[in-house]
Order: sequence, then structure tokens, then C-alpha cells
Amino acid sequence: MSFQPENREKAREIVAKYPFARSAVLPLLHLAQEQDGWVSPEAITEVADIVGLEPAQVLGTCSFYTMYKRDGQKHLVVSVCTNVSCLVNGGPELYEHLSDQYAEVGDVEVEEVECLAACDTAPVFQVNYEFYGNATAESATTTIDEYRSGARVPRGVSGGQRG
Amino acid sequence: MAVTETRIVTKRLREFTEDSWTIDRYLATGGYEQLRRALTMQPVDIQDEQVKASGLRGRGGAGFGTGQKWSFLPKGVYPRYLAVNGDEGEPSTFKDHMLIERDPHQVVEGVVISAFAIEAHQAFIYVRGEFALGIDRLEQAVADAYAKGFIGKNILGSGFDLDVVVHRGAGAYIAGDETGLLSSLEGERAMPRIKPPFPAVQGLYAKPTVVNNVETLSTIPHILRMGGEEYAKLGVGRSTGTRIFSVSGHVERPGNYEVELGITFRQLIDELAGGVRGGKKMKFFIPGGASAPWLMPEHLDAPLDMDYVGAELKTMLGSGAIMVFDEDVNPALVAWRLLKFFAHESCGKCTPCREGSIWLERVLFRISHGLGRPQDLDMMLSFGSTIVPGLNAPFAQTTICAMGPSTMSAVVSLDRFFREEILEMCTAVDARPSIPVTSA
Repeated sequence: MSFQPENREKAREIVAKYPFARSAVLPLLHLAQEQDGWVSPEAITEVADIVGLEPAQVLGTCSFYTMYKRDGQKHLVVSVCTNVSCLVNGGPELYEHLSDQYAEVGDVEVEEVECLAACDTAPVFQVNYEFYGNATAESATTTIDEYRSGARVPRGVSGGQRG
Repeated sequence: MAVTETRIVTKRLREFTEDSWTIDRYLATGGYEQLRRALTMQPVDIQDEQVKASGLRGRGGAGFGTGQKWSFLPKGVYPRYLAVNGDEGEPSTFKDHMLIERDPHQVVEGVVISAFAIEAHQAFIYVRGEFALGIDRLEQAVADAYAKGFIGKNILGSGFDLDVVVHRGAGAYIAGDETGLLSSLEGERAMPRIKPPFPAVQGLYAKPTVVNNVETLSTIPHILRMGGEEYAKLGVGRSTGTRIFSVSGHVERPGNYEVELGITFRQLIDELAGGVRGGKKMKFFIPGGASAPWLMPEHLDAPLDMDYVGAELKTMLGSGAIMVFDEDVNPALVAWRLLKFFAHESCGKCTPCREGSIWLERVLFRISHGLGRPQDLDMMLSFGSTIVPGLNAPFAQTTICAMGPSTMSAVVSLDRFFREEILEMCTAVDARPSIPVTSA
């Protein structure tokens, strides 16, 4: 999908902040992901057009960064840390539990991630980049289900502010 | 006497937990007063009499003198850029995350003063993409600072112009390397660049660029407030001032502690962080993030002094992340998880890091999961000496950035402190048929 009119305007503002348009690649990919829930091939082409690069160059950048999702639209991205401070505080068990529990749930994507820099509250997970610490399997499930039922309003898939 | 924190950079966010990130609270607690003063000084005086005199060393990991870094900018070459490193990704480091989220105006004031001191008119604050709330607050802080005339054209009537852009990362540890950050900021893969040329000479858009860490720049307003020489009285030797240490793992009170440099690991871990949880004994600790070689309980009385830890203990204070592990931890499992991190985060540019991290991860996986073979540890050391020639601290480098040698820190530590335990673990027999070696 291409940028909606208000996002086209936002894209222009983002590009204008930088001395060289190509510096806007990362922010524009975030903008596309906020709008569509993923970075589609069309978005890659459009970002390339805006900054004056080839689509392959933008794809080359995009594929380097773990936050950009290129395999279909996402709704809730649950990131569970299993790096060492979480490792010794139940992070891997939390990840196993959540990835099993939501394996068949289409709107929840559970991923294992590297240190999220909140180790004083290990184990830690994020829902669309909103932090939750001192987590248990129960507390995490409750939180995720509150997002699914609409009791909590999630950030965008790139972690952008909502509402 | 019991040791206490010395809260300078963390004072506001600890005292005003409800609203420390707002412009109102910042202004009510002396905010932007040092900027006002700085703008009446000569940039070169801020560099020499304040920052250089303070002895401030980078808080990101390498510990390079901040004033010295600034002085490498070639004279008369413009434009210059200031790039701020808030891509905190070193495992178990969580201080910049806190500073961005809970005192973003302090970051902004440090950025504006530093940009003025190095005569840059454009600054970029590169923030780790996962810090969603931190980015919201930092963007708000920048917008508020523009509205109040602390950023923008003719700041506070001084004639100095500065634009500040908050740039959001997208998930790549290596963007925290200073040249990787610049690549990323130019819209590329965050691959580090070979030095020289150093960023001070050819950095962002091939122009002179200073890259400083968030904690480093958050300290700048306080150096001006106290005076560089006065700040240098804090600390020990060439490790002046305070640092924020992120203590995590098996401790009673994990958290960020801002302490005067020179106190001991024991004071930090036992007195401030409450010691090992549940009355257990400490098995080992990692003093400076995933990249740092490990230390043992017998090293706890060493001072938090960057030079001492480097020269005497053959490791580093790095990013200030201290991870504590109790007696029940399998050190091979920790090593494996750290190598899994490096294998995932290696940017792939240099062969020793790209191939080495993946290979070490696989061998450590089998050791830590009961499938290790007796020869595995020595095999890793032999292989690892092609990543770090000699395996002696300070690690030699065969790669463009410091991540390559970092992949061997955990392996060297296993050999140094847990050799017997690892060998006992490695009892699996190599079931493959042995291939006879024939000479030509």
C-alpha cells in the first residue's frame, strides 16, 4: 500500500529535517510500518522514490534491522527478552510459554529478542514496544489478552504513539 | 561507613519520580541555566576549561576523553555535526534508557551546550528504536525546547543556531558503535567503518563529527554548574566524576546506581544492590557488559576505576553493566547465551566476527546442553586465537570494530576461571568416524 495523504505530508516533513534525503530511510520505513502493520514491497519502492534511491538499496537497509517486519501484516508484536539477566530470571520460560500459547493466534506474533535495557525488572517483554517488567506467564497473558480485547490500546507496530 | 550513591546526573529523576521528564519540572530545578551561561562563554573555553579540565571520559563503553575527542575536530572545517549515541544495546545496560525516559531535557541541554562548544549547528540524537516511551518523551522535550527558544535560530539571543533531530533506530546492536551509528544515520545498514579517518575528521556525510553517549552529554550541564576542576575532584585517578552502573542478575535490589568512581565492586554489589539474592553465594560477575571478560568473587574489592580494571584485572568497566550470577548458575549456559547474542548481532562485514560468533555459539550450545566433547574448550581457544591473536588483554583486533574481539570474552573467561568445571561437563564422545589423515 502506498502512503495515505496525511502520511505523504508527514514523509515530506521527515525528509526536510535531514541535510540529505537518504537519512530519512529508517524513519520513513517506520512510518510505512505504522500505517500498514508491516513493510510491504510497495512501501520499499515508495520510500526509495521519496529519497532518490533504488528499491534494492532500501530493501538492503530494511532487511538489516529486526524491527521491520516484511513477512505480512502484524497487529501485536510481543517481544520477549532471553538475554542473560532475563535468562537467570525466567525469560526463556516466559518466551516458551507465550510462543506456545499464541502459536495459533493470528493477531499475536511472539518473538525472542535481545536485551531490551530494562534488566532491573527482568524478565521483560514488550507489546508493540510498550515495556512490561517483572513478568510471569500469567501477568503476560493477562496483558496481551487485554490488548486483544480492546481494554488496552496498543502502540503501532513500529511502536509509535496512538491516540 | 556505608557507601551511598552520589546523585548528580540522576538527582532530578530520583527526586521527582512523577514528572522529572517535563519542561516545567526541568525549569523549576535549574534546567537550562547552564545553557544560558554557556552561551556567554567562548566555545574553546568550554572545551578546555570545563570539559577537558573535568577529565570526563565517554560513558558509552570505550572511556575515551570527551574533551580530547572534541579537540580532534580539524580547525576551520564546517559544517560539523554532533551525533548522540542513545542506541543502548549492550546486554544488561539500562542507564541511557532511564536517562532518555526520565530526564530527556537534561540530555537536550547537554546536546545544545556541546553543539555550541564544538560549533555544530545540527545535532542528531540516535535513540534505540525499542525505546518507544523514551522517544515520545525526548521528542516532546525537543519540541518544548524549540518553543522556549533553547533550540532553533538565535538561541536565547546569542546568535547561535542549532537544529536537533531525534532519530529512531530500528533494532541493531551494532548501530551503537560510533561509525555503525553514522552509517545507520545515513540510511544504510549499520555497518562500522574502518578508522582512520576518525569521525572527528570524516564522520556523518564525510564531515567532521563528534559522537558522544547520552550519559556523557547528560553530565555536561553539571560540569558547567560545578566547574570542570571541581568535577575532577570526584572519582579516582583518571576516572573522574560519577558513573551510573546498571546492576542486574541475582542481586536483591537490581537497578541503576550512580556512584563516585573509585568505590569497590563489593560496595556497589553488596551494599547498594543488596548482595546476592536469597542468601546464596556469588559464582562470578561480569563487570562491563557482554563484551567484558568476567570476574570472580576474589575481585570484589577492586575499585571501580577504568584504568585499574583494564590494567590489573584484564577486563573493562565498559558500558557500566554489572551482571551477578549465583552459585547455581552454569557458566557455560551464560557464555552460550552471550555468543547467541553476538551471532545474531554481528553485522557480517568482517569474517572473524561473522563466522567466529556463529561457530562459537554452536560449540557453546553443545557444551551447555550436555553434548560437549572433551576437546571443545581447547578447540574454541585455538579457533579464537584467529579472532583475537594471542588471546591476551587488551584484546588485539582483527575486525573493523571492537565487536569481533568481544566474541571471545566469555570463552576466555570460561578457560580462565571454570576450566575444570567445563571439562567435567564435556563427556560426550564424538560419534563421527575418524577420518584418517594421509599425507600427499
